Amino acid sequence: MENSRIIYNGLKRSGVKIVSALPETWLVHLINMAEADPDTTLVRLTREEEAIGISAGAHLAGVRSALLMQNHGFLAAINPIVSLAFLYKIPLLMLISYRGHMGERDPWQTQGGRFTEPVLKALDIPYAHLTDPKDVERQITEGQTLAESSLTPVALLLSRQLMWEA
Amino acid sequence: MQRIDALRVMYADINDDIVVTIMGAVAAELYSLGHRKNFFYLQHAMGLASSMGLGLALSKPNKRVIVLDGDGSLLMNLGTLSTVAWHAPKNLIHIVFDNQSLLSVGGFPTATSAGSDLAGIAQKSGYVHAITVHSSEDFTGAWRAARERHELSMIVAKVDATGPKSFLMDLPLLENRFQFQRWLKED
Repeated sequence: MENSRIIYNGLKRSGVKIVSALPETWLVHLINMAEADPDTTLVRLTREEEAIGISAGAHLAGVRSALLMQNHGFLAAINPIVSLAFLYKIPLLMLISYRGHMGERDPWQTQGGRFTEPVLKALDIPYAHLTDPKDVERQITEGQTLAESSLTPVALLLSRQLMWEA
Repeated sequence: MQRIDALRVMYADINDDIVVTIMGAVAAELYSLGHRKNFFYLQHAMGLASSMGLGLALSKPNKRVIVLDGDGSLLMNLGTLSTVAWHAPKNLIHIVFDNQSLLSVGGFPTATSAGSDLAGIAQKSGYVHAITVHSSEDFTGAWRAARERHELSMIVAKVDATGPKSFLMDLPLLENRFQFQRWLKED
């Protein structure tokens, strides 16, 4: 929970006012923090694709937002990333839990882990690994800064090391 | 009812509203009435106009947001109805032009031609105010009521499956995007 708090503080420091999310075990604390925060609007999604539209609307209206999703959810949102965010130069701050990578015990999570980075590279989306709590707040504010200055999506991969906490 | 008739009813009222429209005939016909800086034409990402509308409505609670959707687009993102209804922004009016077909890509029928009821799906998703209309007169009445109500409202307008000869618009996508953003900033 400590590391989730550090991540959430990074979002706050980045000026994020709207957080859209689909739950997953690594994101539970972050979602609870967004819900408990009276200054943040938490939008609970049915699919991650919606989040691309919500963030696009928020950005055009001058409000900063962040997306909380699992890597399988990122894979589900590829088309709107291409045909909305890229097409219309919309910045996105995507926090993606990197399931299915080293240390993964759940067989059903393992395939998304193989394709997350190759897909990010294929789409030329700048990304960083969030592993060390002492770097996290800076990495989030830097990601937000780059997304907004370049008007492109940026991905922050939430590692097992950072997120797998009791 | 022709789609353009409903658009004409709305056009005079939406000078100062945030308007997001889907691609194809809806965008081209709204544009043909005269482009305004407060109109955003979502020319791809089918299904996400209402998601954009939600982001805009949450970010600009003191402005009215009008989403111009279609049956084919909405069917691609039915989950949006549950998400929007959960927040129920009072400043959002969701118009769905239901011509029961995918007009701009060959005219193939959609499921609304076989009975899927979008206003009914919206109601059961939590839209308290969702109505289906079949004539310009009924549309006008529903539109006026939605504007006066100041609560999340949906109007499903059953329209003929006809559209303009060309969908071309003399407005580059990014010009529209930055002009719209600037209007929102300065408004």
